[in-house]
Amino acid sequence: MSVAVDLATLWAFIIALAVFIYVVMDGFDLGLGILFPLFPGKQDRDVITNTVAPVWDGNETWLVLGGGGLMAAFPLAYAILLPALYAPLIAMLIGLIFRGVAFEFRWRTRSTRNLWDIAFAGGSWVAALAQGIALGAILQGVHVEGRHYAGGWWDWLTPFSILTGVSLVVGYALLGATWLILKTEGDLRDKAYRISWILLVLMLLAIAAVSLATPLLTIQYAQRWFSWPAIILTAPVPLAVIGVTVLLMKNLAQKHDGWPFFLTLALFFLSYAGLGISMYPFIVPQSITIWQAAAPERSQLMMLPGVLVLVPLILGYTAWAYWVFRGKVGHDAGYH
Amino acid sequence: MFGLDAVELARAQFAFTVTFHIIFPAFSIGLASYLAVLEALWLWTGRDVYLNVFNYWLKIFAIAFAMGVVSGIVMSYQFGTNWSVYSDKVGPVIGPLMAYEVLTAFFLEAGFLGVMLFGLKRVGPKLHFLATLMVAVGTLISAFWILSANSWMQTPAGYAVNADGQFVSVDWLKVIFNPSFPYRLVHMVLAAYLTTSLVVGAVGAWHLLRNPHLPGPRVMFSMAMWMAALVAPLQILVGDQHGLNTLEHQPVKIMAMEGHFESHKDGAPLYLFGWPDQAKGELKWAIGIPKFGSLILKHQIDAPMAGLDTVPRQDWPPVPITFWSFRIMVGLGMLMLALGLFSLWERWRGRLYINRGLHRFAIAMGPAGFVAVIAGWVTTETGRQPFTVYGLLRTADSVSPLAAPAVGASLLAFIIVYFIIFAAGVLYILRLMAEPPHAGEAGPSSEPPLRSAGVTPAAGVVQGAIGS
Repeated sequence: MSVAVDLATLWAFIIALAVFIYVVMDGFDLGLGILFPLFPGKQDRDVITNTVAPVWDGNETWLVLGGGGLMAAFPLAYAILLPALYAPLIAMLIGLIFRGVAFEFRWRTRSTRNLWDIAFAGGSWVAALAQGIALGAILQGVHVEGRHYAGGWWDWLTPFSILTGVSLVVGYALLGATWLILKTEGDLRDKAYRISWILLVLMLLAIAAVSLATPLLTIQYAQRWFSWPAIILTAPVPLAVIGVTVLLMKNLAQKHDGWPFFLTLALFFLSYAGLGISMYPFIVPQSITIWQAAAPERSQLMMLPGVLVLVPLILGYTAWAYWVFRGKVGHDAGYH
Repeated sequence: MFGLDAVELARAQFAFTVTFHIIFPAFSIGLASYLAVLEALWLWTGRDVYLNVFNYWLKIFAIAFAMGVVSGIVMSYQFGTNWSVYSDKVGPVIGPLMAYEVLTAFFLEAGFLGVMLFGLKRVGPKLHFLATLMVAVGTLISAFWILSANSWMQTPAGYAVNADGQFVSVDWLKVIFNPSFPYRLVHMVLAAYLTTSLVVGAVGAWHLLRNPHLPGPRVMFSMAMWMAALVAPLQILVGDQHGLNTLEHQPVKIMAMEGHFESHKDGAPLYLFGWPDQAKGELKWAIGIPKFGSLILKHQIDAPMAGLDTVPRQDWPPVPITFWSFRIMVGLGMLMLALGLFSLWERWRGRLYINRGLHRFAIAMGPAGFVAVIAGWVTTETGRQPFTVYGLLRTADSVSPLAAPAVGASLLAFIIVYFIIFAAGVLYILRLMAEPPHAGEAGPSSEPPLRSAGVTPAAGVVQGAIGS
């Protein structure tokens, strides 16, 4: 069964990659929505939405791949986690609905544009908070009996999940602010610099808080991080966080527009790698491993060529779309 | 909540969200193809009217597509949130089909949508046409996979059941090309084309009523009426074939659609109308044509037809809904055929653009495609109850272990949110439709969207990061 073992690990990596690409690509979209209340001017808001108007839809598709891929490759995990996360997921979906249609609707009305701006911001806040809460709820573990979720419909709500929810809002906001540094100019960009400093401090606090709280959840997480010799592998993660943070601060101080966004992505990647270290090989922490949840080999094999051929292709034409709409977005221009 | 148990609430939520969702793909599948044809005609003939009509519908497409995307994401998570037992058991078969839908269709549509909507001046007409074509092809590929998945649930094939009670594939080709899939795929794609042509025709007719000389509305109306005249009769033939396939694989669904509570040994009647009484198991006040049911379904006037009296009660679908939704769909189909034939007659007489009666008829039929699509899906989905996987997995055994208040609250939230979104979206689309396409009609991007700064170092970094 060594083939099956390898397949499950490979698929865990593929799903994790899809979710990470989602976080990278929709994170800054949602971050823009989170920052919307700080930019009350109509002109600024037009520019902000125009920086992502041509690409948000593709960005969101990675979330569908994450969900659909989980169902296909790890149906048992999909069947246990989604009912466990019922309320936050429904809230996320409704948030994404408002956020998504607001992109189109805010250009179609003058009288109620403000309402759709509120929908854009509110939808982004709710979706980001709900995603962070869902992450915390997975980390803290869910009550499983047999092949079913056996907890209540408020089990997800704990101080820890609130902490991860707020942390993700802060993180997405920082991605949004640094995206604005990359894509805008003038006063708008300068304001994004100021906001980025505050958000960076908040994000470091959030990373520290989540990193300290996670090992307290169960002894397994603590052993994973602090036992010898695992610490040889885990210690570089926090060290790298410090290194990236220093670089990010330097680029923010020297106003190199091109770099803060990508360094923030690096911070996200390190945090995400940390999550992977904590969870592996469990897909439902403390209950179900990736091998227990894996779909039959034939199902995982059937999708493999699709992923190996199509994902590079998708990344290719997605890159082309970004390339077509490259460069800074000015006040004088609009897609709509 | 609402006096319903958790299973009924989960069913109500799925029915509500999927009904809302299907409206938008039904429109955008047809509209994407129509846009591709318009752009091709523009490139081929160089006539501005095609570009004007293209840009006109492109703005409407942008709104409809966004509503389809956000309501579609709900569907991809709802299998897990509300139908977790189903997901665990059926995921190994259905999951890969849906994963392929995402990989081959959703990304293609989403990846090229931005260029299609905003990129004409940035990439030039030829690459832009390629983007439009990719979006149109993407919508069709999406239909392929999701209808394959749905059809497998109706007519499962190529599977085995493993020790954990999961369905697993033994032959992927049999899974994908299961018995009802080809019929359902053709029927649905034609339905989407017909739905779109009725909308386009109604908008054209609306403006022709005010001014029969406008070039844009004339193009729309003429193209739409050709489509209706050609596709409506074709759709009736395909529907008939689909029905025969259903009779072979899901005979109980046909019994419900036809209102055949009792068996008929020598020729079953075709009931036109009646009032199905599920509790008593009889069709009240039935008006029917003797022997005609056997003639249509078996192509033989005296062929015996079994009725629901041969099926255990617990396996009956909800007959009144199935019976009536089927009649709504067929009735609208006949009206579409009438519109198509009427338009052909008036076109032959040279009165296509001036017959006000024809235009009023076309306007009245504008929403008919949506109603027929929904009625058709209601027929096929209630008709296969009480199963999620036909004959193998009961709906009541598929549901998540959730408390009724949780599902009731989410259902209520979806109803409120969808009505707000739907009302606003329809209002904005109707507002766009209220104006005819003008000379020099602007697309979603009226101005060059970005400062032509050329290649900046930052953009190069974006490229590198995304590509790696």
